[in-house]
Amino acid sequence: MARMELKDLVKRYGAVEVLRDINLDIADGEFIVLVGPSGCGKSTLLRMIAGLEPITEGDFLIDGARMNDVSPRDRDIAMVFQSYALYPHMDVARNMGFSMEIRRDPVDEKKTRVAQAAETLGLTALTDRLPKALSGGQRQRVAMGRAIIRDPRAFLFDEPLSNLDAALRVEMRLEIARLHQRLGATMIYVTHDQVEALTLADRIVVLNGGDIQQVGSPLDLYERPANKFVAQFIGSPTMNVIPVTGGVEGVTLANGQWLGLPMRENTPFATELGIRPEHLDVVDPGPNVLTATADVVEHLGSDTNIYVNVDKVGPMMVRKHGNIPIATGDKLGLRVMTENAHLFAKGGAALPAPVRQAA
Amino acid sequence: MSVTRTNPALTLGKYVALLAYLLFALFPLYWLVKIAITPDRLIFTEGTDLWPSTTTLDNFRTVIFQTDFMAFFGNSLYVSLGTAAVTTILAAGAGYAFSRFDFGGKKIIVAVMLITQMFPLLMIIAPIYKIVASLGMLNSLTSLIVVYTAFNIPFATFLMQSFFDAIPKDLEEAAMMDGCTRFQALRKVILPLTLPGLGATLGFVFTAAWSELLFALMLISDNESMTFPVGLLTFVSRFSVDWGQMMAAGSLALIPSCLFFIFIQRYLVQGLTSGAVKG
Ligand SMILES: Nc1ncnc2c1ncn2[C@@H]1O[C@H](COP(=O)(O)OP(=O)(O)OP(=O)(O)O)[C@@H](O)[C@H]1O
Ligand SMILES: [Mg+2]
Repeated sequence: MARMELKDLVKRYGAVEVLRDINLDIADGEFIVLVGPSGCGKSTLLRMIAGLEPITEGDFLIDGARMNDVSPRDRDIAMVFQSYALYPHMDVARNMGFSMEIRRDPVDEKKTRVAQAAETLGLTALTDRLPKALSGGQRQRVAMGRAIIRDPRAFLFDEPLSNLDAALRVEMRLEIARLHQRLGATMIYVTHDQVEALTLADRIVVLNGGDIQQVGSPLDLYERPANKFVAQFIGSPTMNVIPVTGGVEGVTLANGQWLGLPMRENTPFATELGIRPEHLDVVDPGPNVLTATADVVEHLGSDTNIYVNVDKVGPMMVRKHGNIPIATGDKLGLRVMTENAHLFAKGGAALPAPVRQAA
Repeated sequence: MSVTRTNPALTLGKYVALLAYLLFALFPLYWLVKIAITPDRLIFTEGTDLWPSTTTLDNFRTVIFQTDFMAFFGNSLYVSLGTAAVTTILAAGAGYAFSRFDFGGKKIIVAVMLITQMFPLLMIIAPIYKIVASLGMLNSLTSLIVVYTAFNIPFATFLMQSFFDAIPKDLEEAAMMDGCTRFQALRKVILPLTLPGLGATLGFVFTAAWSELLFALMLISDNESMTFPVGLLTFVSRFSVDWGQMMAAGSLALIPSCLFFIFIQRYLVQGLTSGAVKG
């Protein structure tokens, strides 16, 4: 049980304000992912929740109880550090059982729990090794084991997978998803990785420069970003954003071409158009389409990434399923799938599209 | 992995340089022991030979059984161990605070500690004497411990701080998340990892106190409470120097230092924290 409420949280280091007006309600058992560029305050927020960093202003509540002045040990939260922070002088078993050792839990129970956790994480053969004799992935597992051993009411992860290679990341990501399903505990997870964020999260919190930009489900953020920052931060490859001039039910592109956006009322305020690489169609050059030259073509097998230069508009990126027979230097036409176009006003706020009827 | 072939001439050069250094560093010690085992009558006739024609342990016997040397020795041991223990404990506490906490006046304290290290000891001999005398602590070994501790604490603190700095903060925080108080985290996680640092500091302070002459000479005049470096001077009489016995005493004085370092050297090995973080 851990419902968390963050109310008007502020963090300052001296005069420097690192986080401001953080408001967030986290439901019991929810998986929240914090994303944002480096230095935006993700770790700081997580550490404030953990109790490792004092809260300058505002209130933090767990299950209705104010936690601001409660020490980390009494918050009953477990944390997995990016650096793993294993105790180098203790073997794997003792590392995992340390929290129970400190709490003076019965030795038998500790042993069973450690054995169980080791079993779950595939560490049984390694329990008497010191951390220095483990690989990166094994260390990561020990750090996870240490967190799950005592059934805390919430878990915090600070980029737990960023030191692993790609294959291990995928594996551990699944492991964490399973863990969340099995334990049903509240989890807050900081990451840089799009895929981790989109696959793990119930809700994603996008931070930038100490402000929450948007909170929503992965699909929400992908389909209805609140502003240009979120639009470009979520989704990979990054959304193309090009300058436009607003008109009635449509916009004019930099090359003078008119792009009709029927049914949209706020088009006059648009200054920029955003279109995801997967929402551009490659067609034959002709009237009413964008004329572009292929700059670099990446054939990934399942997808083709085409970096193009659009005449009088600038560079854009197109992503298509399958293997598209295009070579560098080819002339091609691009058609914008207007139902997936995003519009941004001056300052970056999104101009929302009318909610589409479910088919 | 490619095997890099090192130039044999380079390797040879390295060993020659090491050997030269060792010879240079160890030769005085060798000479000390050599003179200690040379019979008195041969000291001047065979003084420059690398090895005397006959050897003897007479000097050691005389020093141990017929002089106050063992008492000096005991005094020195008491003072040095006391100083090492007190200094290390205080320096560890201060070093931890410097490493982990931000508090008002931290910069000033560091600056003041540095300033204390800038004065030549000779300058403050008189004031120290005055202070100790007015406290009625002349001729007491405790006064030596206090003075040595005061002089060694700044350096020992910086040393300990650097050892604490080398231990990732994450470890303590992980321990606190695991349910430790800050003090428990210090005792169960940080302290075991600081053993090399404690060992190095103990060793450093011990040797410094063990061989200190200036203050001991000034604050102690009583035969009862002389430390061994002062005691060594008793082998210098007005008319002659008893080289053999002096060297024998000097050789004996090396023993505790050696033992001490043998004891702490296993804590001096590096890499105790390896494995803590990603790697
Ligand atoms: N002790 C401190 N004093 C002053 N500023 C600090 C301090 N600690 C962190 N900051 C600042 O707070 C901001 C947020 O830091 P934080 O570590 O939370 O970023 P982050 O989002 O976790 O970044 P990353 O993705 O690189 O880990 C940074 O701009 C950092 O410079
Ligand atoms: Mg961070």
